[in-house]
Amino acid sequence: MLKLNNISITFNEGTPDEKKALDNINLELEQGDFITVIGSNGAGKSTLMNVISGNLMPDLGDVVIDGEPMLHLPEYKRSAFVGRVFQDPMAGTSPSMTIEENLAIAYSRNKKRRLRLGVTKQRKGMFKEQLKTLNIGLENRLTAKVGLLSGGERQALSLLMTTFTEPSILLLDEHTAALDPARAALITSLTEEVVRNSGLTTLMVTHNMQQALDLGNRLIMMDKGQIIFDVRGEEKSRLTIEDLLHAFKRIRGIQFEDDRVVLG
Amino acid sequence: MFISIFGAMESGIIYAIMALGVYLTFRILDFPDLTVEGSFVTGAAVAASSIVNGIPPITATILAAFAGFIAGCLTGVLHTKGKINPLLAGILMMTALYSINLRIMGQPTISLLQETTLFNQLGSLWSATGIDAFLNNILSTIGLEQLPTTWAILLVMIVITIIIKLLTDYFLKTEVGLALRAIGDNKKMVRSLSANTDLLIIFGVGISNALVATAGGLIGQLGGFADANMGLGLIVIGLASIIIGEALFSTKTIAKATLAVILGAIIYRIIVTLALRIDFMETGDMKMITAIIVIAALVIPRVLQARKENRRRQQKRAQLDQQLRGSSDA
Ligand SMILES: Nc1ncnc2c1ncn2[C@@H]1O[C@H](COP(=O)(O)OP(=O)(O)O)[C@@H](O)[C@H]1O
Ligand SMILES: [Mg+2]
Repeated sequence: MLKLNNISITFNEGTPDEKKALDNINLELEQGDFITVIGSNGAGKSTLMNVISGNLMPDLGDVVIDGEPMLHLPEYKRSAFVGRVFQDPMAGTSPSMTIEENLAIAYSRNKKRRLRLGVTKQRKGMFKEQLKTLNIGLENRLTAKVGLLSGGERQALSLLMTTFTEPSILLLDEHTAALDPARAALITSLTEEVVRNSGLTTLMVTHNMQQALDLGNRLIMMDKGQIIFDVRGEEKSRLTIEDLLHAFKRIRGIQFEDDRVVLG
Repeated sequence: MFISIFGAMESGIIYAIMALGVYLTFRILDFPDLTVEGSFVTGAAVAASSIVNGIPPITATILAAFAGFIAGCLTGVLHTKGKINPLLAGILMMTALYSINLRIMGQPTISLLQETTLFNQLGSLWSATGIDAFLNNILSTIGLEQLPTTWAILLVMIVITIIIKLLTDYFLKTEVGLALRAIGDNKKMVRSLSANTDLLIIFGVGISNALVATAGGLIGQLGGFADANMGLGLIVIGLASIIIGEALFSTKTIAKATLAVILGAIIYRIIVTLALRIDFMETGDMKMITAIIVIAALVIPRVLQARKENRRRQQKRAQLDQQLRGSSDA
C-alpha cells in the first residue's frame, strides 16, 4: 500500500528561518487502513500530506504506493493514485463550471483525457446516482454553477469528486476545519460513510481529538516533524482524550498545547 | 453609409475569429496573452508569402493557422517551463515574432493585389450562383442606391466563423476542454485531479494563436496585403470585442459566450466605422477610439452600478427618516 521510508524535509536550510518540518518519518499503511493524524500546530502534518501527494519534494527518503516508487512522478501523475480534499472549500472545485462538469473533470482522474464529450447522457445518470449518496439534494442541481454552492456543499462535492474514482490513497487535511459546526459534522459523517463503503486507504488530519478517536482504525500523533505516538485496533478503540494528553506529556515531558485543538 | 457598414461586417466577421482566440486565453485560461499582436501578422505573412510562391490560398491559410499554433505553444512553454509571467512571456514572443515575420516576408510589406486569394476564388465561384443579383435586387427595391459588389465574402465568412465557433464550443466540452476551462479557475484542483496543467496551457495558448493567425491570414487576403505592423493594437481590439459582446449579450453558457464574442467583434467594427465617418476623425484615430470604447465599456457599468447603489441607500435613508418622523408625531 503506502510506504514512507525515512522521509526528511527542512525548509529554508542554512538561514535563520531553518525549520525541520519532517524528521525521519517512517510509516506503512495497510490496504483499507483509516488513519487519523493529530498534532499541534506546525507539527508537520500538512507537510507530510504534501510529500505524499507530490506537492513537496522531500530532501531524503522514499514514497512508495502499491509497490511503485513515487518520487520521480510529477504531482499531476501522482494524483492518479492519490486523492485529496483540501481544507479550503474553494480549493477542490471549479466555481465557474457546473456540478456535472466538475464531476466530469474528476471522473477523468485515472483515465486518459480525450477529445470526446466530458458530460454524456450515460455519465449524467451515473453522476446523479453518486450525488444522491451525499443526501443534500445536489442530484437535482447538476447544471448549477459550483460557485453558487455553500462551503459545506462544495466540500461534500469535493469529497465525492475525490473518492468516486477510488484513488489508492485518500488524503484529508483538516477538510472540515473551515466549516461551521453543523456542516463540519455533516462532512465528517459523509467522510465516515464514504470511507466505510469504499474501503479506501485513508489518512485524515484533524485538530479535533474526539474525532480522531472516533474515526478510523489507527491514530498517529505528530510533533516537531516526528511521529511520536502510534496506536491501532483494539488499543485505539479504548483510548480517551486523557490518555492522549498523558501520552504526549510522558513522551515530550511537557504539556500538550495548541489553542486550536478541540478536546472533545 | 450602407456600403461602409457592409464592409465593417465583412471584416468584423473575420476579426471575430481573432476575438475567439483572445477569448480562449483571456477568459478561459485567465492568461493575458499578448502574443496575438505578433501571431496575427505571422498568419498574414505566412499566407501572403505562400500565395506569392504559388501555394493554393486554402493551403496557405491552413499554414498560417499552423504557424500561429507554434507561436502560441512557444509562449505557453515560456510560461510553464520557463516560469515567465504570462504578460511578459507574451510580450517576449510578440517582440521575437516581429523579426520572424520580417524574415518570413523578406520585406516589410507583401502585396497580394496581383495574386489569386481565397476571396478572388470565392468570388468567381460565387458569381455563377446569381445570389448577388438576387440579394441586390431586394436591396434596390427597398430603395438603396449603392449596392455591395459581392455577398460572397460576408456569407461565406459567416459560415466559416460559425463552424469555427461550433468546433470551439465542442472542444470546450470535451474531457480535455473541461480540464482546460478549470485551469483558469483553479489550477491546484486540476493538478490534484491528475491533469497535466502545463501541457494544457501550452495547447490552449497554441489553439488561441492558431485562431488569431487564421484571422490574420484571411484579413491579409481580404485587404490584399500583409504588413509587419498590421498587428499593432490588436489585443485591445480583441478585448473590445469581448467586452462589448459580454456587455450586450448573455454569457451563461459557453455557446452563448462565444456567440457574444463574435457579435461583439462585428459591433466593434461597425462602431469604429461610424466613428470614423465623423468629419474631424482620421484613420489614425482608430486606435484611440478603440481604447475609448474599452475604457467606456469597463467604466460605465461600474458607474451605473454605483449610482444605483447610491439611490438605493438614499431611498432607505428617506424611508427611515419618514418612519422616525411618523413615530415622533404619534
Ligand atoms: N513552504 C514552506 N516554507 C517554509 N516553511 C514551511 C513551509 N511549509 C511549512 N513550513 C513550516 O513547517 C512546519 C510544519 O508545517 P505544517 O506541516 O503546515 O504544520 P501542521 O502540522 O500545522 O500542518 C511549520 O513550522 C511551518 O511553518
Ligand atoms: Mg496543517
